[in-house]
Amino acid sequence: MKFSIQINEGPYQHQASDSAYMFAKAALEKGHEIFRVFFYHDGVGNSTRLTTPPQDDRNIVNRWAELGEQHNLDMVVCVAAAQRRGIVDDGEAERNGKDATNIDPRFRISGLGQLIEAAVQSDRLVVFGD
Amino acid sequence: MSESIKKLMYLNRRAPYGTIYAWESLEVVLIGAAFEQDVSLAFVDDGVYQIVKGQDTAEVGMKNFSPTYFALGGYEVTKLYVEKESLEERGLTIDDLMPLTWEDEDDDWAEKDSIRLVSREELAEVMAGQDVVFSF
Repeated sequence: MKFSIQINEGPYQHQASDSAYMFAKAALEKGHEIFRVFFYHDGVGNSTRLTTPPQDDRNIVNRWAELGEQHNLDMVVCVAAAQRRGIVDDGEAERNGKDATNIDPRFRISGLGQLIEAAVQSDRLVVFGD
Repeated sequence: MSESIKKLMYLNRRAPYGTIYAWESLEVVLIGAAFEQDVSLAFVDDGVYQIVKGQDTAEVGMKNFSPTYFALGGYEVTKLYVEKESLEERGLTIDDLMPLTWEDEDDDWAEKDSIRLVSREELAEVMAGQDVVFSF
C-alpha cells in the first residue's frame, strides 16, 4: 500500500513523531511504500539538526534523517509553518535575511500543496497528532 | 497533477485562538482549493467556535482570521458541515454562526448557504464516505 504520513506535533513534547516514526519503519519493513512524510504545525520542529537531547535518550531528528537516508524518503517541512517557528534552510535564510540555518539536509522545505498532493496520490494519509 | 478526484474533508475540532490548528487548517484549505478536488469542511466539538460571528480578538492581540471563511465560497469550497449536537452542547444555534454563502454558477449565480447543519449520526456517514480526512 502507498502511505503518506502527516506529523502535527513537535518532538519530545508529544508522542506523535515517535508513533509516526514507528509506523513508517514498520510499514517499510512490511514492504509498503511511503510516498511522503509531511511535517506541519509544531511538527516542523522535528527537522532541526541542532536538536541535542540527553545522551541516554532517542534523537528524534537523527532517527528520521537516518530512516529517510536509508529509504530515500521524501520528508517535507511546510514552509509557512516553518517560517513562523524559525526552521530555516539556505533558501529561506537568504529570502528572509536570516543569519543561520538549522534544517537537517535530509528534510526539504516546501509548500502545503505537497500535503494535498500526498493525500491525492496515496492510498492512505495517516495523521499523527492530537 | 492528480489523475483522479478525491473526496477530501477538513475536520475542524478546536476553538480558533487557543491553538494555531484552526488557522493553519484554513491555510491548507485555501492552498488545497487549487487542486480541484471534492472538498468539504466539518466543524465539530469546539471547532464550531471557528465560525461563530462577531469574533473580536483585539484584547488577545491575535489576528482575527474569521473573515477568511467568507472567501471559501469563491474558492469553490461550498460544503461546510456543522454538527448540531456540538452547537447545542455549547448553547449555540445556527443563528450564532457567520452567514457563509457561495454563488452557484449553474443556477444563475444564485447565492446559497454553505453551512449544512447535520446530526452527529449524519456527519459520521458523510465522514465514512470520504477518501481523505485531514484532522485539525
